[in-house]
Amino acid sequence: MIAAIAKPHVDWFALSPSLALISVTGVLLFVAVLAPRAVRKPLSAFLAFGGFIASFVFAIVLDARSADGTTAVHDAIFRDKWSALAQVLLAGSGAVAVLISYRERMRDEHIAEYYALLTAAGAGMAFFVQASSLLTLFLGLEWFSIALYVLTAIDIDLIGSLEAGLKYLIIGAFGSATLLFGSALVYGITGELSFDRIAAAGHSHDVMTVVGLAMIIAGLAFKASAAPFHMWTPDAYQGAPTPVTAFMSSATKIAALVVTYRVLVTAFPDDQNLWTGAIAAIAIVSLAWGNIAALLQRNVKRILAYSSISHAGFMLIGVAAANALGARAVMFYLIPYAAMSLGAFAVVAARERELGVPVTLHNLAGLGWERPFLGIAMWTFMLGMLGFPVTGGFFGKFYVFAAAYDAGWWWLIVAGVIATMISAYYYLGIVRAMYFREAAELQLAPVGGAPNPELLLSAGVLICVVVTVGSFFAVQPLIDVAKDAASALPL
Amino acid sequence: MNDWLTTILIFLPVAGALVVAVLPLPRYWAGSLAALVSLIEVGFWITAATKFDFGSADLQFAQQASWLSDLNVSYHVGQYAFSLWLVGATTVVMAACIVYGWWIGRERARAYFSLMLLLTGAIVGVFTAQDLLLFYAFFEAMLIPLYILIGVWGGAGRLRATLTFVIYTVVGSLLMLASIVVYGLQQGTFDLTKMGPSTSTWLFLGFVVAFAIKAPLFPLHGWLPSTYRESPAEVSAVLSGIVGKAGLYGLLRIAIPKFPTVAHDWRIVLLVLASVSLVYGSLLAWRAPDFRGVVLYSSLAQAGLIVLGLFAFNDLGLDGAVLQMVNHALISATLFLLAGMVERRTSTGELALLGGMARGRPALATIVMTTGIIALAVPLSTSFAGEFLILAGVFQQHWAWGAIGATGIVLAAMYMLRAISAVLHEDVGPAVPESALDLRAGELAVVVPLVVCLLALSAYPNLISGHAFGTNKVSSLIGVVK
Repeated sequence: MIAAIAKPHVDWFALSPSLALISVTGVLLFVAVLAPRAVRKPLSAFLAFGGFIASFVFAIVLDARSADGTTAVHDAIFRDKWSALAQVLLAGSGAVAVLISYRERMRDEHIAEYYALLTAAGAGMAFFVQASSLLTLFLGLEWFSIALYVLTAIDIDLIGSLEAGLKYLIIGAFGSATLLFGSALVYGITGELSFDRIAAAGHSHDVMTVVGLAMIIAGLAFKASAAPFHMWTPDAYQGAPTPVTAFMSSATKIAALVVTYRVLVTAFPDDQNLWTGAIAAIAIVSLAWGNIAALLQRNVKRILAYSSISHAGFMLIGVAAANALGARAVMFYLIPYAAMSLGAFAVVAARERELGVPVTLHNLAGLGWERPFLGIAMWTFMLGMLGFPVTGGFFGKFYVFAAAYDAGWWWLIVAGVIATMISAYYYLGIVRAMYFREAAELQLAPVGGAPNPELLLSAGVLICVVVTVGSFFAVQPLIDVAKDAASALPL
Repeated sequence: MNDWLTTILIFLPVAGALVVAVLPLPRYWAGSLAALVSLIEVGFWITAATKFDFGSADLQFAQQASWLSDLNVSYHVGQYAFSLWLVGATTVVMAACIVYGWWIGRERARAYFSLMLLLTGAIVGVFTAQDLLLFYAFFEAMLIPLYILIGVWGGAGRLRATLTFVIYTVVGSLLMLASIVVYGLQQGTFDLTKMGPSTSTWLFLGFVVAFAIKAPLFPLHGWLPSTYRESPAEVSAVLSGIVGKAGLYGLLRIAIPKFPTVAHDWRIVLLVLASVSLVYGSLLAWRAPDFRGVVLYSSLAQAGLIVLGLFAFNDLGLDGAVLQMVNHALISATLFLLAGMVERRTSTGELALLGGMARGRPALATIVMTTGIIALAVPLSTSFAGEFLILAGVFQQHWAWGAIGATGIVLAAMYMLRAISAVLHEDVGPAVPESALDLRAGELAVVVPLVVCLLALSAYPNLISGHAFGTNKVSSLIGVVK
């Protein structure tokens, strides 16, 4: 009798941010075959945007209606403010990514699949950040990763896109395998999958736990593109269609860091002295490698890729701090970071569509004068990434340093300060490229005439500017939200 | 209304900047709007000065609003008497520079004027912020418009100049940020009026390095020559006249009062560096090949002199330092603007190619002469008053500092007179065309008010030196130090 199998109670509402997106994915796949070609592009973009907005709204409601420390669906997922806030950010990033994607030159016949994959990736991430056991963790990871592998390689006309997808797939698979192997070791010694019960099983400092922990950290660091697990990042970011890069750089970072923090503090609290050291080391390597390598790049997407590695380093400082201030710092940092990263890649996408060639520091010349809005926006994003005032990036760095000081890791502050000094060169180098040289001086000609300013992309960039600057002035309300979210973690 | 004065002084130019940036005005009107805003700003400052109670050592026109209560950071602004004078110098110099930029018709006017106005707001913010984090935000915000102003409107070597400038500034300010984070968390608040003294040498050094770079102080002045030479003349005027003062103000407002014992322990180091800046800067100014070179190295020397006054740790030195900060703001701004005016006529600042410009150009000759004479601290001038107070103050530390300071004043006479005669007198230089005009009405409108301010201060220097710290002077600032 089938009825003998006990079904767990399913809290559908807890799953709603993820379900909203995955159902849109399903609809989009039908659109891909059923809708006439003329309406396919606007319809699928509209549906995807609607899906992300729905997920955004659900996540906000979920955030308001979730108590800390509750799990749902037979303890497979968390229903708390930490994951709900992350879902808000993820859905917001996804919605902006749709705005950026709309005018991307891509083959029309697969456009619905593009948006289907985007929403599927978003759904996977929304699920991933709720994971409360090693099984759901891995499931979520693979779910969004596979969507992203395809997204990276989706533009077969774009030189390097396929190659980037392949690289991402191979290295990503390696990362996933590492995570899986680590999970297996931890399961082997504790006999538990759920994070809480792993902690309760009490096998800390056991060799198998430690090796498993190290492998889990490595697997998650692949996704966070923290050095030395970042090898795929520059190539994948450069090769992928720019809107995809924008989405990856913000959303993947959000998902990976939120989950990393959660796994470490819920499943391995007793090994804290081990993993804080490891995370601190990864943070420093990321800061060093990301910033130094960025100095040598000419391609703007590569510069931003290395910059995203260094930002992973900054946020990992907050993780290494392993205190309430650190969790608050990471959650807050992600808000302006997601906006700046999306926005910066959006500006790159606009320039790319204008010129028809990859954007380098060289052909960025004159952008600031030709497109004043995009110029000022890019300027804002660069200052924000540098951690200058008048942008939320400043408070992000400030909080991360404060957390490090609170945890007694003063040398992480020193590392962060030195890294920021180095990063000034390339962030301001982009501003220099946009403003200090005339396009005419370098004889750049737009390919096929300058396209009209794109309304949707500009709207996306405007949202990013508002979030970047707004998170400076309205820092307290955002910190309150981040504080509430962080209180869900056992810190 | 009084509570809002400081906030208005900060945000009026910022609002003006936004309007200028957004309204699609032609060049002339964008410039006149910006000039108007900067003059209204001066008007607000005059209002503030007339309402200011100089008998009190308290913070005035203060306003506080919650900002980041999680870490006890707030929007807290207000003015002490010495802040008021520095704000005054800022508004006057910025107005002169904006009017000058309008008069010579800078390209890309909307961007240019909006950045100049933003810069005004940021500098006023630095001088009035009473929250450490807010101070840092304004301190960094100054760099944003400056970077673009130099990089876009600067001379041929501007790319390299901005790079050097930014590297120095960012290194300094990030060291300061690290200090701020640690100091603020230790104190549990970032409110400057509530933060108690700290005894940490590292934190002190983090602040001092940042301020010494901005001031600039030997050996952290490496950014000075290229930046001041490649900037547009009026931006150089702002940089050396006002922005440098932000560093000195930081020493006065933060480094000394918040680290009284450490500052006292390190005073010898600071005094030595100040002396070296003074003598070395003067010698460089004396040997500088161009007009701007003379002015820019004299800024280094003057910064050294002011630091001597600050680290004298007594009433005389501090009064003199504040007076000299305002003096130098006006003098250096005037001289850089004059250098710009000369360069526009001769397309060079090389002293070897200049000369004989006094002949047939009485206005230029008079203005350069007057400013130069005040700059070299001739008795009865306001700089004489300022330098005399500083020397008298630092003499009490040890007579040797006084002797070094006096040497600096002698050297000032040497370099200033050399520059004056190389521009105005001697034979007519090859780069000076017969047709080069005297100062035009617009240019006079820019420099004459600055010179008038200097002359007025020369008549009554006590206006500032006697009204910089309220009644209880040093004890109000650095009570603990003896």
